[in-house]
Parts: sequence; structure tokens; C-alpha cells
Amino acid sequence: MSGPDVRGASIAALAEGVRSRRWKSRDLVEAYLDRIARLDKAVGSYLLVDAPGARGHADKVDAAVAAGQDVGPLGGVPIALKDIFVTRGIETTCGSKILRGFIPPYEGTPSGRLAAAGAVNLGKLNMDEFAMGSSNENSSRGPVRNPWALDRVPGGSSGGSAAAVAASLCAGSLGTDTGGSIRQPAALCGVAGMKPTYGRVSRYGVIAFASSLDHPGPFGRTVEDVAALMEVIAGHDPLDSTSIPAPVGRYREAVGAGIAGLRVGVPDEYFQAGMDPEIEASVRQALEVLAKAGAQISRVSLPHTQYAVATYYLVCTAEAASNLARYDGVRFGHRTPQAASLDELYSRTRGEGFGSEPKRRIILGTFVLRAGYYDAYYGKALLVRRKIADDFSAAFSACDVLVTPTSPVPAFRLGERMADPLQMYLADIYTVAPALAGVPAMSQCCGFTKAGLPIGLQIIGPPLGEEAVFRAAGAYQNATDWHTRLPDDLPMTAPR
Amino acid sequence: MPRISAAEVREIATLARLRLDDAEVERMTHELDAILGYIETVRNLDTGSALPMTHAVPFDCPMRPDDPKPPLSVDEALQNAPRREGSFFQVPRMVPVSGEAGPNSGGEG
Repeated sequence: MSGPDVRGASIAALAEGVRSRRWKSRDLVEAYLDRIARLDKAVGSYLLVDAPGARGHADKVDAAVAAGQDVGPLGGVPIALKDIFVTRGIETTCGSKILRGFIPPYEGTPSGRLAAAGAVNLGKLNMDEFAMGSSNENSSRGPVRNPWALDRVPGGSSGGSAAAVAASLCAGSLGTDTGGSIRQPAALCGVAGMKPTYGRVSRYGVIAFASSLDHPGPFGRTVEDVAALMEVIAGHDPLDSTSIPAPVGRYREAVGAGIAGLRVGVPDEYFQAGMDPEIEASVRQALEVLAKAGAQISRVSLPHTQYAVATYYLVCTAEAASNLARYDGVRFGHRTPQAASLDELYSRTRGEGFGSEPKRRIILGTFVLRAGYYDAYYGKALLVRRKIADDFSAAFSACDVLVTPTSPVPAFRLGERMADPLQMYLADIYTVAPALAGVPAMSQCCGFTKAGLPIGLQIIGPPLGEEAVFRAAGAYQNATDWHTRLPDDLPMTAPR
Repeated sequence: MPRISAAEVREIATLARLRLDDAEVERMTHELDAILGYIETVRNLDTGSALPMTHAVPFDCPMRPDDPKPPLSVDEALQNAPRREGSFFQVPRMVPVSGEAGPNSGGEG
């Protein structure tokens, strides 16, 4: 039997092929491993390829299929995980030197649920260190390159998760979104990705960056694939006290449900003078597509939008400074070889192990939490965060979803923004407000620039409104063919 | 006037147990000053009677039944320890033993 062509394949098609014995899961794994071997030198999306583990799991799925057993909704489908997901027995580094060699003794909930649904894990994907970044250039193991243009970034922090799906190096993947880290790379790589409602997907076994903002979520080539992954990973988890005990929606059904009468709001603040004209044109065209499909489009206002990036950096750095205190060289990870005292052990280990972005955020976060500064910075940010969330509540009293661009710019060149952290932070200008409000939001491809770079459309729903988001995203995808375009496989050699 | 000085960055780094070299302190002072300048915009916003939002969704910290579950074994819990002794994580000596030279004498054990 000749191997299946997995380039551009959807999760639904691959799962169906395994169930109907058209191909074996093992053949799919070998096809992806072959692509990774040929193409990932140029892209750099994988930090670790677990070929023996993937082969072993695939063989088990194939044996179960042969025995007539139910192999689960994702049975035999090869996926991959951002290296922030704790995987039992498989090195998990969070893109950081400080966690090199860390072999978790337990499995996190999102990756465990994927495995229980039959998905086969190919390996761990590159990311900005501790999920801090918007370009994947903050990885301690080198950047990821955008499969659409290898001299450009894939976005971040889940850059490996987006690039691997775009280049067909896995069928789907998981990432995390704290201020835009699923949606922005999805936009820059031309794939679909969802940040669910805060608490919809468990954070158990997801390495913490900013606990009140960390949202695990899926990437897929299509909206249906994202919905299929969401149906598996969403749901209450007693191991995460912030997990929401609400039933999981029928997301795949919602994708095909249509949008007759759906009320779509367009926030004025996301279409300001000076925005990239190609991006504005594509998003305006997308609104016309939605209108033609039956949506009612109206303007809305989210008046505190301009404060979102600053508020985000106050909240996330404060939480990061607290969360990153655990990396001290005592229980796991890097430990300095030279320390005469416990204090020196801590400070040298952390100075050697963290890269410059985590260091910057630890210092900023410690500063804003300091006695005497707390009320002026962190305390104030919590009040403004409330105003930003109230903006969304007001908008959703008159709308079912909101539609905006995902990123103010298409994929930028490697190195272009690294010299100025503030410019990098502003790459998240359209994604941080939904993160602060905790509302679900999705990015999907809505066109390409003249230079051939993908453009992302963001659809935002009310809390636990994932189904409305999937309805709108599905209706848009059904009326367009952007999601069927693939980056060229060749020449996939890294520029010098 | 700068919003943060190199001396403050050093002091905060000490609080955060984060060793920075001189070049890092200099670069970070400059970058943090720009970031804090940008952040000024929220400090002047009138938030009226808004209540602080510490979490994205309202939740009461739920209690679970206090049923013991199988824990990690000692070896699993210690498998990533850079240094261990028996069933303990090992660290440099924190308190000098009387009669020894000082806090540095324990070293890495």
C-alpha cells in the first residue's frame, strides 16, 4: 500500500481514513516523519521529534482498528504539542535553557485528553521562551521560520505550532494564548487557531506564564479541525480550580450551522487610521462575505481598547514574576555549577538559565508589584482590565460575535522588531483585549498580501460563546477558499 | 526624568533573585523606561467605581472531597533534582555550623 499524501490533509479526512482502514495510522506517522526530516531543517518548528513514541502509539491504534475497536474521534491522527505542555517521560523545556533536560513525571490534561481520543503525538514544538514573545525569536533553541516566507517570522509565542500546521508537518497542534500567542501566529502562518474562553480548556500540566491569562487551545488547517480538537480538549477538569464546569458545545455542528440573522459587530477602535491597507481591505471584504451569508453587520465601540496593551503588560509581568519564581535550581532544570550559598544558587541559576525576555518581564513584574508601586501599577491595571471586560459585555448585549483583524501587520522579517521590545509588544494590539476579558476568539485566513503573506481574520464571541464563533468562522470558510492554499514545499532551504 | 534608574533595576533584580551583568542592567534600564512610559497612559485613566478584576471569569474557589489519591513516588518526585541526597533535594548549606569558617564552607556538599 502506498503511503497517504498528508500535505494539506485535514484531521477529519485522516481520522476517517484510519477508521475505514484506507490507511494505517503508522503510514500517516511515517509520512509526517518523512516530511519533518526533509522540511523542518528550514522551518525549525520541532524541538523534539518522538519517532519511537509516535510509531508505538500508532501501532496500538492500528491494532485496535484491526480488532474492530473504537479508536476515538482523533484515532490515529498525528498531532504535535507546543513545548509548554507537560508530557510524561518526554522532555519539556518551554523553549528555555532553564528547563533543558526536564522529564515530567506526569501528563497534563490537554495533551492527555488528545491521547485518550486517539491522537498520536509526533513531538514538541518550538516557542518563545516561557511563551513570552510575538515572533518566536525568543526561543532558547533558535527561531522558527514562516513556511510562506522563510526570511519572516511565524508569529509567537506558539510559532512552532502554527508553522508546523502550515507546512503540513503535523495534522493539528496545541498552543497557548496569553495575549495573542495562538491567534497571531495562526494569522501570520495562514492557519486557523482558537483561544477558548478562559477556563474552558484545563491549564493542568500547562507551564504557567500568567495564570489569569493563560488559555490553551488548538491549531488546525481548517475551522472544522479546530472544532474537532476543541471538542476533545474542552471540558471541566477537577485538577484546575479555574476550569469551568459547563457542558462542552457541539462545535463541529456549529461550523456548518450557517449564520442567518447572526449579529456581527465591527469595533471602530480596531480600524484606526494608519492600519495596513491590505489587511483592512481583506477584513472589509470578509465582512461582505459574512453579510452575504446572512449576517447583520453593525458598528460597535470598545472604548478602552487603547489601554489594552499597557494593561496586559502590567498584569502579565506581575503574574510572570510570581510564576517564574519556581525556577531556582533546586527541584528541576538548570542549576549553576558555582554557588557558595543558597541565595547565590538562586540568583546565578536564574541569571544563567533565563533569556532576556523572561528577565525583562521578571524585573518589570517585580517592579509593578513592589510595595509603594502596587496600587499605582498592578492595582490600577486590575481596574482597567475590568473596564475592558465591561466594553465586551456591553458590545455582546447587541451582537453575537465581533469581527476584527487579528494582527496589524503581516509576517515581519526576522530581526526586524527584536531591538525594540515595545514595538514587539504592539504586535499584539488586536489580540490582548479579548485575552484580558477572557472571551473566546479565533483567527483564520482571510486573504494574502501582494507579497504572498497570509492575513488573519479574528472572530470574537461572548464568554462560552465558542459555538457562535465557530458558526461565523465556518460560514466564512464555506464561502471562501483561502484555507485550501498551501505554502510551497520547495525550495524549503533556510536563507543564509 | 527617567522613570527607572540602573540602581533600581539592580535592587529589583536582587529582590527577584536574578543575577544580571552590567550590560544587562544598562540595556534593561533603558528598555524598561520606554515600557513604563508607554504604561503611563493607564495610570491616568479614571476608572470610576470599577472593581478590580483578578480573573477573567468569576469563580468561587471550589472545594473538592479530601480523598487521598496515589502520589508520585519519592524517586519520581526527585527524578529531575539537580542534586539529591536520599529522599531529599540537596542545596548549599544555609547556616554555618559552629566551628566552621563561615557560610561558604558548606559549598555544594
